[in-house]
Amino acid sequence: MNNSLNRPVPLGMMPYQGADHFKTTKIRTMLPEVLTKNSEKSINNIASLFDLIPIVDGMTLSFHHHLRNGDAVLNMVAEEIKKRNLKNMTLAPSAIFPIHAPLVELIKNKNVTQIITNYMNGPVADIISQGYMENLVIMDTHGGRPRAIESGELKIDVAFIAVPNSDRLGNGNGIYGKNACGSLGYIIADMKYAKHKVVITDSISKDINPIEIEAKYIDYVIEVDSIGDISGIVSGTTKPTKDPVQLKIAKDTVELIEELGYLKENMSFQTGAGGTSLAVADELKKRMIKKHIKGSFASGGITSYLVQMHENGLFKHLYDVQCFDHEAISSLSRNINHHLMSASKYANPFEIKPMVNDLDVVILGATEIDLDFNVNVTTDSHGKIIGGSGGHADTAYGSKLCIITTNLVKSRTSMIKNHVTTITTPGQTIDCLVTERGIAINPLRVDLLNHLKNTKLNIVPISSLLEKAYQMTGVPNELQKSDHIIGVVRYRDGSIIDSIYLIGDHEL
Amino acid sequence: MRRSLLFIPANSPAMLQNADVFASDSVIFDLEDAVVLSEKDAALSLVNEYLKKFEFDNLEIIIRINGLDTLLSKNELDTIVNDKIDTVMLPKATYETTLQLSKMLEKIEKQKKLTKKIGIIPIIELAKSVIEVNQIASVRGVTGLLLGGEDLATDLEVERTEQGLEILLSRSMVVLAAKANQIDAIDTPYTQTQNDEGLLKDTLFAKSLGMSAKVCIHPNQIETINQVFSPNEDEIAYAEKILNAVSQNMNNHKGAFSVDGKMIDKPIIERAQKLLEKAKKWKL
Amino acid sequence: MRFASAGTFESNDCLITVQEDTQITIEIQSIVYDQFKDQIEKVIRDALSELNITNLYVDCNDKGALDYAIKARLLTAIKRMSDQHA
Repeated sequence: MNNSLNRPVPLGMMPYQGADHFKTTKIRTMLPEVLTKNSEKSINNIASLFDLIPIVDGMTLSFHHHLRNGDAVLNMVAEEIKKRNLKNMTLAPSAIFPIHAPLVELIKNKNVTQIITNYMNGPVADIISQGYMENLVIMDTHGGRPRAIESGELKIDVAFIAVPNSDRLGNGNGIYGKNACGSLGYIIADMKYAKHKVVITDSISKDINPIEIEAKYIDYVIEVDSIGDISGIVSGTTKPTKDPVQLKIAKDTVELIEELGYLKENMSFQTGAGGTSLAVADELKKRMIKKHIKGSFASGGITSYLVQMHENGLFKHLYDVQCFDHEAISSLSRNINHHLMSASKYANPFEIKPMVNDLDVVILGATEIDLDFNVNVTTDSHGKIIGGSGGHADTAYGSKLCIITTNLVKSRTSMIKNHVTTITTPGQTIDCLVTERGIAINPLRVDLLNHLKNTKLNIVPISSLLEKAYQMTGVPNELQKSDHIIGVVRYRDGSIIDSIYLIGDHEL
Repeated sequence: MRRSLLFIPANSPAMLQNADVFASDSVIFDLEDAVVLSEKDAALSLVNEYLKKFEFDNLEIIIRINGLDTLLSKNELDTIVNDKIDTVMLPKATYETTLQLSKMLEKIEKQKKLTKKIGIIPIIELAKSVIEVNQIASVRGVTGLLLGGEDLATDLEVERTEQGLEILLSRSMVVLAAKANQIDAIDTPYTQTQNDEGLLKDTLFAKSLGMSAKVCIHPNQIETINQVFSPNEDEIAYAEKILNAVSQNMNNHKGAFSVDGKMIDKPIIERAQKLLEKAKKWKL
Repeated sequence: MRFASAGTFESNDCLITVQEDTQITIEIQSIVYDQFKDQIEKVIRDALSELNITNLYVDCNDKGALDYAIKARLLTAIKRMSDQHA
């Protein structure tokens, strides 16, 4: 059956009915928190843990992705699953990176038959797109995942919590230790609601401050040699781009923010970690300094750039659900207004006041955007999984101004489509699109269009941007799409906003 | 009437395609220094096909051909000169070669029945060219002079420096010849593309000497250069004031008159008109 | 056998190689093959037709070049091949 955006939804799953639909239910379903009864928590190794619980066929195991492409913990557990030839396991890591390639074998051999995650790319994403996984992959948002966990929709048997700095009772944080990774925001819901909670650490110490992982929830603590590789933890580039086209987009974006009246005292702001996002932050910084504007907070994934802005007094507070580089991590240890934030407090639609609802401006990317302003950050144009919402759909919803920045055309491919291959974030939550050849405003935002009546910026209808793109590239052939569904995109409220299809000729 | 001119290597499709994305007044598709000898044929074909397909709004299209002393330039002119381009930029220009180019262009304009006169920007980058600069500037079709500081320093056998004393006289002579012939004086590029402060300093200095434009070798230089060579708000307001006074004065049949205590004569009025023309063109 | 090429493997460019042949043979590899293979082939055929060429092997290794670039690279490759005789 089709949802309200006319996208097919597998039978038995709740179809998306609009971004505000969750407000009609008003009930926040919450399981009771699960506290530990253990006082003796030290376990020698993961193998012993598997025996002890015991971890058996069909269980759901969860992980966080704060160690990013330097993570060793998920692979350690995968190794153990493989050794024991456990079957039909469900894995719920908050994200999957190329380093998790060992899962490919487990999926092909049906050791792992379901994955629930917020983001994935690399070999695991490739084979899931090729149809190797038995059950539908479920792709949540950063805010939707804690919703699913606290409500029991995602029931976790064992939460594996990699903690860079822990004591023997399981109090811990990610700020210190051999492989510090900063905020541990994505695992807080797992910590509270999973049946069994295991801390995996490589740095035991006595005085844990601050305490982000709380001993009262933790059943077991395992000390290993290394939880990951610190060089893989840093997310790609955290320097602003020098590409002149990206810089133009960044400048126009900040000009737009100013003309729309959002560059003001106490503004709040969020942007990603990519080169263009940081170029926007750079440009914003210059303008805030020029106009003597002090912002209230910057949030989301924190980079050295935002730390500098904070330390220079441009943002009073930083709310951190994830650290993207070492500067961000060390800032947590010295800046009292750099706050840890759980994924739930960040973006769960059922939280009383999730951070995203206080956000003024968010800058986001897109692999595709369509004439209805729907955005795809989950798949490429062939439908292959190359990412996932992360906080995209959440921040787009909560923010007062949501701007997508992208090139219009990349290597003969238009970023604008008639219909996106996969809807990650619905158009009703997307306000503006800034490309190097023009800016489009969502017609739903009549207020924004009014502000721009006398602008020097090149504001055009999104359809004319598509026309311009096709003028350059020519009109592409329609890509053949399979109708075999291999996964779903689950919107932050638990409804299914789109399905993900098989790619390639592989038939199972 | 230009402030900024962006060099774009002619053999790079990625760069050609972005030519009109930036805010420069002109783009210079470079068939000369930006293209190795073995690829000059490919570059010419690429720019030619590119220009056939793309339309430009309010952007001057300039082609830097290879010098007239090469075997390439004649073919380049025959191929690329048409209604799609506005100006030909001539490297190592001397009076002789500029005159020669002017005649060649006239011939092609007639042959191809062009609807516009193709402009010429000679590059003053030889000692000989500096000496002859006024004659060069007076050749029919020349709409601007570009000072080529780097190659000029080589010809003078001196080091090119930040301060630029070694090219100071040459810069001034370009300005003099340009103003005497009422064409643009275009300054040499600032080569340290990462140094924003240095660019601003160099551009302001060029302006103070009388230059009216500067070439950009990187898009990131455009904003600064445009800003420096654009009239500011006050200048625009003052010019408007003068022209208002002119139209009032016409009604009163007075001879000379003053604005803000200053006597306004014909040259001042003309300057004001020119300034407002610029403001209008550049949408200030 | 005479052959020549033009272009590069850079993004937005293509490498065209031409070779003498008894008929027109066109081979295309492209990062946007599914979307634009037909269009790329058309550009090549149209250009050959404009030049009245009826025998040529053309290989196009494309990294997202637009039509004008494909045509330009093809024209250059053909010219280079014919210049080899001289």
